[in-house]
Amino acid sequence: MGKTLFDKVWDAHIVHQIEGGLDVLYIDRHLIHEVTSPQAFEELKERDLPLFRKEKMVATPDHNIPTKNQHLPIKDALSKHQVDTLLKNCEEQGVELYGLGHPFQGIVHVIGPELGITLPGRTMVCGDSHTSTHGAFGAIAFGIGTSQVAQVMASQCLLQAKPKTMRITINGELKQGVLAKDVILYIISKLTAAGGTGYFVEYAGSAIEALSMEARMTICNMSIEMGARGGMIAPDQVTFDYIKGREFAPKGEEFEKALDFWRTLYSDQEAVFDKEYNFSAEDIAPMITYGTNPGMGIKITENVPQHLGNGSQDSFLKSLSYMGLEPGESLLGKEINHVFIGSCTNSRIEDLRIVADYVKGKRKAKHVSAMIVPGSKQVETQAKAEGLDQVLAAAGFELREPGCSACLGMNEDKVPAGAYCVSTSNRNFEGRQGPGARTLLASPLVAAITAVEGKIVDITAHLN
Amino acid sequence: MEKFDKVISTAVPLPNEDIDTDQIIPARFLKATSKEGFGENLFRDWRFDKDNSAKKDFVLNDSTYSGSILVAGRNFGCGSSREHAAWALADYGFKVVVSSFFADIFKGNALNNGLLPVQVSDAFLAKLIGAIQTDPSTDCTVDLNDQTISFDDHQEHFEVNSYKKECLLNGYDDIDYLVSIKDKITAFEREAITI
Repeated sequence: MGKTLFDKVWDAHIVHQIEGGLDVLYIDRHLIHEVTSPQAFEELKERDLPLFRKEKMVATPDHNIPTKNQHLPIKDALSKHQVDTLLKNCEEQGVELYGLGHPFQGIVHVIGPELGITLPGRTMVCGDSHTSTHGAFGAIAFGIGTSQVAQVMASQCLLQAKPKTMRITINGELKQGVLAKDVILYIISKLTAAGGTGYFVEYAGSAIEALSMEARMTICNMSIEMGARGGMIAPDQVTFDYIKGREFAPKGEEFEKALDFWRTLYSDQEAVFDKEYNFSAEDIAPMITYGTNPGMGIKITENVPQHLGNGSQDSFLKSLSYMGLEPGESLLGKEINHVFIGSCTNSRIEDLRIVADYVKGKRKAKHVSAMIVPGSKQVETQAKAEGLDQVLAAAGFELREPGCSACLGMNEDKVPAGAYCVSTSNRNFEGRQGPGARTLLASPLVAAITAVEGKIVDITAHLN
Repeated sequence: MEKFDKVISTAVPLPNEDIDTDQIIPARFLKATSKEGFGENLFRDWRFDKDNSAKKDFVLNDSTYSGSILVAGRNFGCGSSREHAAWALADYGFKVVVSSFFADIFKGNALNNGLLPVQVSDAFLAKLIGAIQTDPSTDCTVDLNDQTISFDDHQEHFEVNSYKKECLLNGYDDIDYLVSIKDKITAFEREAITI
């Protein structure tokens, strides 16, 4: 029987199997940030345990940092303490750290790939559910809790039950104006916010193969929003070209050797998945969410449904009430006051280019506040080198410094209560972008057009 | 970790579906560097309004309901991997969360903190919620050893991984185990092709 891509990578990392069906899984790279690591460092200290493989760890602050004036001391005392604690822990324990101002600093899921830390066939974890992003390279990457962060620190391993496998195949050609974000919002709207729970997903098909690495990352990033622990895409020439020459990627002969291995990473023809879904790329249109979980998404031109699948009507109506929407309502024409472009889902250079390309020579609507937060220092530097900062500034967009920012409202970048925000981030949960904030998830293109129009529109009418 | 055996308690009903970890503990309360005190902000924005006064219609502010068992709608704990959600529930005093479906990461985090996620059928969940709402003094028994949950004359078996069950019953955690097999891990590093 053939093996799936997931099986190949997982099985190669099993150190030991124990009763009850749990595997001791070896972890190749461990990314840490300021919010979910301090208690883990503390745990090790209390038990008098050293870091087992500190050279396999990389740290950066991203969740709880300001996106303005990063060269100045952090104003919020608790945030400062948390970021300082990461610095102190890394310094004491000898962990590689890219702190504020460092040219490699950024959102942990943006810097891993851009530095060549994320490689096909690797197992990677981080105390953050969007670790699924790295699966775009054919790595097994998933989010973990802080107890598990401590376990990996102490042993470079985790005790895990092997998830079931799911393949989602999308064949065909995406229509104009349909981006990777629309693809994943469409998939989640079909599978629901719990449809992937218990599974590890592989995305396949001609529409996926045609995507850039950054677009593939957007798709894998949101696997967790349907409950799946992670998402993967088989590495191909697009992947290898992306990796080549990156800071920590294998070089020269090592790269060639790695290539031989990476080329074995695909699902065998006869491999059997526990679940399979097939979609046509042509059926996907620009998407937007209307509710308080990412499964509550519609094509931008569709009306809010009357109910949600088999879910409880009570929960559905509570969600709509929070959003200030009615069943059956159209979102077209809805006035929007906030636009947020950023997060580990959509803050890479291609996302910034899409926005800049659209807003060039245009101006955001007067009543809209439009914030664009690059995913990393490298993205920020690249954007400036291409003059995107000038284009964005001329269009009235505020370009910030890198961080998670208004995706989760941990720092001061928040959306006011009751206000609508069209956001390129990954979660539209109640209060996610600030208490009472109403988030509508969409692609960077939809976000850019919304900022210019000041309301939700059928974007196809605005494309050349 | 504290040992877990059997819990007999009244229960608190929260039938909403898809309760995400941002509701359980909003991100702005994740700035602490220790595990303590998160219970204070459990369900913060459902429990308190912006002036920090208790919202009367939220179940945790309703003195009719109390106990160490939270009974919630399906897909409990979806979203972020923040273990702070499990810390907040445990710190508030919950020992068990009952739902008909749990998000993966939350389930793992709960088990690592001695908070038992009990997955029951939709039908059992509906009956349990109905019983608590009709009579808030209804006692519910969760027996880890037997893997049963019962109230009135209803009982259901629940699944728990046998290794995790042993850990909970004995108060062990995964670090103890992983550190004990370091030789195996080192041998794996020597032999396996890892890049």
